[in-house]
This record gives sequence, structure tokens and C-alpha cells, in this order.
Amino acid sequence: MHESAIVVDGLRVVRGGQPVIRDIGLEVARGTVTGLLGPNGCGKSTLMRAIVGVQIVAAGAVTVLGHPAGSPELRRRIGYATQEPAIYADLTVAEALRYFAAVLGAPPSDVGRVIHEVGLEECANTVVGSLSGGQRGRANLAVALLGTPELLVLDEPTVGSDPELRDELWALFHDLASTGVTLLISSHVMDEAARCEQLLLMRQGRFLAQDTPDALRSRTGAPDLEQAFLRLIKEQESTAP
Amino acid sequence: MNASITLATTRRILTQLRHDPRTVVLIIGVPSLLMILLRYVLNSEQRFSGLAPALLGIFPFTIMFLLTSITTLRERTTGTFERLMTMPIGKLDLLFGYALAFGLLATVQVVVAAGISLTWLGLDIAGSVGSLLLITVLDALLGTALGLFVSAFARTEFQAIQFLPVFVLPQFLLCGLFVPRDSMGWLLSRISDVLPLSYAVDALTQVTRSATIDGTLIRNILIIAGCAVLALVLGAATLRRRTP
Repeated sequence: MHESAIVVDGLRVVRGGQPVIRDIGLEVARGTVTGLLGPNGCGKSTLMRAIVGVQIVAAGAVTVLGHPAGSPELRRRIGYATQEPAIYADLTVAEALRYFAAVLGAPPSDVGRVIHEVGLEECANTVVGSLSGGQRGRANLAVALLGTPELLVLDEPTVGSDPELRDELWALFHDLASTGVTLLISSHVMDEAARCEQLLLMRQGRFLAQDTPDALRSRTGAPDLEQAFLRLIKEQESTAP
Repeated sequence: MNASITLATTRRILTQLRHDPRTVVLIIGVPSLLMILLRYVLNSEQRFSGLAPALLGIFPFTIMFLLTSITTLRERTTGTFERLMTMPIGKLDLLFGYALAFGLLATVQVVVAAGISLTWLGLDIAGSVGSLLLITVLDALLGTALGLFVSAFARTEFQAIQFLPVFVLPQFLLCGLFVPRDSMGWLLSRISDVLPLSYAVDALTQVTRSATIDGTLIRNILIIAGCAVLALVLGAATLRRRTP
């Protein structure tokens, strides 16, 4: 149980002839909350797809919980939520969750638990297609929480949520981490970055930095992470040939 | 293969249909309406009895083909397929789950259409009603399986609909409904020999004309069932856990 939750080495992904991930490496320790930040189109979602094992990669190795990404052993141990809700729009929240729970072999009581965790109790019997965007995002997140995942890969899980709910979700993420669950969470909102223990700043398929929020602030001398990120971009551009 | 995941998938698809009663009414009602239309267009019980059994096979085949190709395509385009592929579900669990759900629906559809044809519309067949139902349900399953298979080659629902004229209408023309298969030219006759719907129409014609269950009939039924299973397995082979 001492190995890292995620180890990526020399990963390269090409989509439509264009390099999307350019030889990156990273390591995520177990039981931590890691933020994956960067502008839209920088390769965050592609990196997450490679980690859950649904992305065809051009080169490199991705090891998750000690197994190569995409291994059958991992399919019960990873919870994954895409940015676009991937949940049956013509089922109610509870019906859709019941189905995914059955596929995962999770107990039926999990459905009520995850509905409570994402605060969708009032909408449990509402058809997903008639939920608001934020509620649909939470239903999508609920699917990833089913069963007992050891790793959660969440692509922009708080988009469309109001500040109060976002706060509750981040509290939930830290609770999960304290029980040993590893979380990799993408966001393009910098104020969420401060809530992570480790940050991966991504730009154009590469990492600008991999560090703790405090270390990033002190290294760049920036008052907040948004400024720190901008300074890192300038630094990279001035050193680029 | 995992039976409980397959059954959970079937239940999920039937629940989705329950939320869409209009589709269910269309699926069950349309073949019956077409049979009623056919009966009064021909305006003769005798001519109706000659054509109706073949069409009892063809209408559900066509409708199920269209329905499954759109539904499975939707599963891909909305991301639920990719999500399932990160979970412990086998590709065959998913496809058999679909086949089972739509097979159940097709059975209801065929029983209603055949029931109306045999009673109200005066369809008269020499063979047993049981064989007629078996063959028509297998036809609908074949349509389901082919629809699942071809949906792999469509990127949009627009393309999926275009596959209906590509995959279904040639079979319709060559199955022996318009011109007996043995009186077609050599090439057309060979093409007709490799199209599964030809065997369905052969079997249905035989059930109409004679009460004997011989080797040819059993062979034709096995060919239809075999093609349905083959299309499902080929369909599973086109599903990919990893995509670009």
C-alpha cells in the first residue's frame, strides 16, 4: 500500500494529428487531493482519460494503484466523472444510480448514500434530463462515488454549483481523502486550487509546475495562485527558444 | 459475461422506455397498423394471406433495426458508453442486455401484429402459429442485432438513419417477396443467398403454405438465429474501451 496512487511516465497523446499531451510525468501520493489546473484545451481531460484507461496513448506508461491504466482489476477501484454529464437523461437520478451500482456490484444502499453526499435528495425521483445544469453535474459526480473507489478522477466536478454547495463538495472531497481515498480534480477556477494539497499546472500539453500551493506562491512571489500561474507562463515564454 | 449485469442492463433499458410511452406505443402499434393497411389495400383475404407472413417478419425487422441503431449510438454520443467501459461490465453484457430488452419488446410487437392478422384480418396459414411467431420474433431479434452492429459505423444519428436504406432495403428487394429468389439472375441470386432476410422470408413462406416441419425449415430458422448471434458478437468486437 506504499506505492503511489498514480505514476505517469513519458506520456504522449496525439489526437487528430496534433500532440495534446507532450511527454509528461507525474506522481500522485495516496490519500491526497491533487488539483489539475490550466486553461480550456490544455490537455486536462485527455490526461484524465489516460489515467482511467479509455484514451489511446502514443507513448509512455500510466500506472494506477499498482496496475497499468485500464486493467480489469482497476474497474471497481476508480470513480470517474467526465466534465459533460455522462448519465442517462431519460431515467430518474435514483434509477440511473441504481443501474450503475448494479454494474459496479455496489450495495443498493449506496444509491441513497451518494444522493445525500451530493445533496440531491429532493431530485432523487426527477428525470435527469429535466434537472438544472448544476444538478445534472452533481448527479454525474454521484455515479463516481458509488461503491468504494480508492481513486476518484473528477473532471471539473463543481462547475455550475453555487458557492455554498461548492464548499460542501470540497469538504466531502477532503473527508474522502482522510479515509485514504486519492482524488485528482481538474478545475479552471484558481480559488479551488488553494484547497488542494498538490497542484499540477498544465498548459499546452505540458506541466508548468507541480508543487504545493504555498510553494508556488513563495516561488513566484505572487499574492495569489492566479498571479502565480500568470507569472509561470511569462517565465516559460521568456525562457522558451 | 455476467448474468446479473446483463439483466441490470435489460432492466435499465426497459425503464428508459417506460419513461417514453409514446415510443412504446409506436413500436407496438406501427406493425399492426401496417398489416391493417396492407389488408385493405389488397382488398382480398387470399392475397393478404400470401403476403402477410413475409411482412410480419419484415416490419418488425426494420423497426427494431432502426430503434437499436439509434439507441446504441446515443449511448456512445452521450458518454455513458465510455463511463460503462471504465466499469466492470463486459461488452457482451451490454449487447446481450440490449438484445434481451428489445427482444422482449419485439415479442410483444409481433404477438400483437400476428394476433390481429390471424383473427380480424383473416390471415390463413397452413403451418402452426407457434412456428410463425418463432420466426417473426427471430427476425425482430436479427434486426436488433444488425442495428447494434451497424451503429458502430455511424458517428451521428443522421448517418445511422441512412443505414436503413443501405442495410435493409436491398434485403427487402432481394428476399423473394417481389420476385422468387430462384428466378433472379445468377449474381442477384447469390447476393440473396448471403442476406439473412432471405432465409426469414423462405421460412415464413413455408409456414404459410405447408404444415410440415422439415429439415429446410429448421435449417432456415437456425440460419436466422445464427446470423443474429453473429451480428451481436461482431457488434461486441467493434466496441472499444480505448478511443482516440
